Amino acid sequence: MGIFQKIKNALKKTKDAIAYRLNKLFTGGVLNGEFYDELEMILLSADIGSETTESILDDLKHEVDKRHITKTDDVRVVLKEIMHDILDFELPEEEYPLVIMIAGVNGVGKTTTIGKLANNYKRAGKSVTIVAADTFRAAAADQLTVWAERANVRIVKQGEGADAAAVVYDGLQSAKSKGTQVTLIDTAGRLHNKVNLMEELKKIDRVINREFPKAMRLNYIVLDATTGQNALSQVDLFNEAIDIDGIVLTKLDGTAKGGVVLAIAGEEEVPVVYVGVGEGIDDLEKFDIDDFVSGIVDNE
Amino acid sequence: MGVFSGLGDKLKRVFSKLTARGKLDEYEIKQAMREIRIALLEADVNFSVVKDFISKISERAKGEEIVKSVTPGQQVVKIVHDELVELMGSKNAKLEVASKPPTVIMMCGLQGAGKTTMCGKLGALLKKQGKKPLLVACDIYRPAAINQLQVVGKNVGVEVFEKGTQKPVKTAEQAIKHAESNGFDTVIIDTAGRLHINDDLMRELEDVKKAVKPTEILLTVDAMTGQDAVTVATTFNERLDISGVILTKLDGDTRGGAALSIKSVTGKPIKFCGTGEKATDIEVFHPDRMANRILGMGDIVSLVEKAQEAMDEEAMKKMEKRVKDANFTLDDFLVQFESLKKMGGIAEIMQMLPGMGKFKISDKDIDEKRIERFKAIICSMTKKEREHPEIIKSSRRKRISAGSGTSIQDVNQLLKQFEQTRDMMRKMKNNKGRLPF
Repeated sequence: MGIFQKIKNALKKTKDAIAYRLNKLFTGGVLNGEFYDELEMILLSADIGSETTESILDDLKHEVDKRHITKTDDVRVVLKEIMHDILDFELPEEEYPLVIMIAGVNGVGKTTTIGKLANNYKRAGKSVTIVAADTFRAAAADQLTVWAERANVRIVKQGEGADAAAVVYDGLQSAKSKGTQVTLIDTAGRLHNKVNLMEELKKIDRVINREFPKAMRLNYIVLDATTGQNALSQVDLFNEAIDIDGIVLTKLDGTAKGGVVLAIAGEEEVPVVYVGVGEGIDDLEKFDIDDFVSGIVDNE
Repeated sequence: MGVFSGLGDKLKRVFSKLTARGKLDEYEIKQAMREIRIALLEADVNFSVVKDFISKISERAKGEEIVKSVTPGQQVVKIVHDELVELMGSKNAKLEVASKPPTVIMMCGLQGAGKTTMCGKLGALLKKQGKKPLLVACDIYRPAAINQLQVVGKNVGVEVFEKGTQKPVKTAEQAIKHAESNGFDTVIIDTAGRLHINDDLMRELEDVKKAVKPTEILLTVDAMTGQDAVTVATTFNERLDISGVILTKLDGDTRGGAALSIKSVTGKPIKFCGTGEKATDIEVFHPDRMANRILGMGDIVSLVEKAQEAMDEEAMKKMEKRVKDANFTLDDFLVQFESLKKMGGIAEIMQMLPGMGKFKISDKDIDEKRIERFKAIICSMTKKEREHPEIIKSSRRKRISAGSGTSIQDVNQLLKQFEQTRDMMRKMKNNKGRLPF
């Protein structure tokens, strides 16, 4: 299955629910209050969130007025433009050595994402070291070891209950001495409102800066696409603790709509970088705004 | 911030508006409903559930009840509260027990909902209740999932049955036989996380169900789930006819609207909540209390229950007498800290107290490390000092701070907090044992 097709399939479900209603709306309807009310509900039910929904609708109405649009079909085009603009960020060019730290709440798919990222970089011809710094969850390092084997990359780990920052220290020394181009750091899942655990994450972040100042740094937060408005709070607090450079949006192959990333892009200004679209090692794709937006708004 | 408190704040704002205005007209009801609607949507309650909820309440509100009532705000609080309770189920649901052992509990849910962790918690809970549970590893897909269950089982002292990556149906059947011949009365089957739209994996669950006829099929759902909670719960329920729901990660700051959504679309009770990473962080779900929590009225019942379990009875009796005599010492203060720790996060407890919803209390404000410091300080005091804190003057303070490895400011702070608590105790006494909020 090609990359594009895979994303499309994943997005199809996102789309199906919304698109069905959108399609009903867009085909030959009349632009009135009821139309916008219905549109509001559609966006809300896609987890886009009330604030962002309101701002999208305001922009939409404004544009519709300005361009003298009278047909609901044409509204679709404008809506796509607006959503595209919200999600459009310039991403930094990656330089090597590169250290990517993966963080997020429990159960979003951090370890799986690391496995997929390792595979991506390895395939792109980069040398990769995985650092298993989730020393809390039972058998997390075992799980990651399986992924490292699948991707055929190195892994640095210690026993369960080891100090996470110490594992990272070890991992970085090893990565430096081997001249690894990409170091991927897995961290334990933590709820963003647990102060101690967030402090631990800050410490790991500091250790990376101190021990590997030459490396380019990227911190990614992994978000579960099924998560609702709480994702905003997650990004907000993780961003406060360690600067977040991007989002990996996982589990887009379900029926979840993932619309909360629009709210996050709008309110937190953090871009989506990757999307997870399945459990296979190749099921991680670069985030494509057009596909994503088209998947939500268009029907086929 | 705990579960639903954000939603509580929002709703409170709405209600304070209503109260301030006195009698309501239809326009005002409509305005209020708009705000309630937004509050519920922001809490991730599914939008069609919200729609239902609003129309029900509006209908009631439009009747004479509110217009004629003396305090319309209170009336609406009552109506919203009743409606929330109704939505989430009106009684708390217990685990079913099979008439002929073993009782079989099958766990199911999406990836990352927290099934394996919850298996361990359930095992620990049942063990504590004097049962003999067996955990069964049927997640043959996720790397190291079996290892994880083994570690979890070991940590809580519950046996884990696994047969590697053979078909889950077979493992489940063998586990039941193993349980029967080894005297296990409850079998908890951990299954792989799966998408509700993955037909093959859903059929696998149906097969396991058919083979072992579970007493309980519990759908584990992440409390942070958004609008999709409805789709997930509906599908799992349609295919497996689940018997209940477990809500996990409620110790986050999610508003947890998924709880309302799931209950209203499946009609199945929410039985347990996961409220932390420790094996003991599991609670029975009380819809009525949860509704109180949503409204920010506090959950004193749940607090007392937890406190009772954590504080051993003798210490409790002593404490009671102390309170009665208004003779509260630093030793009692220490006992309080210990039991607070056993009860779980301080912030969690504080937030359950009525009136506390008004204050933004997060884990940030109540530092558990500070509690540890306080304990060290009290332990560095002499018996006499603990009983008569008023004798602790500057040289004693210096000695205590040195002995406990803290600063004099810390000692001062502790003594001040102690005094405040003692004052509160005295007020409680005058209030006939009720908290002075």
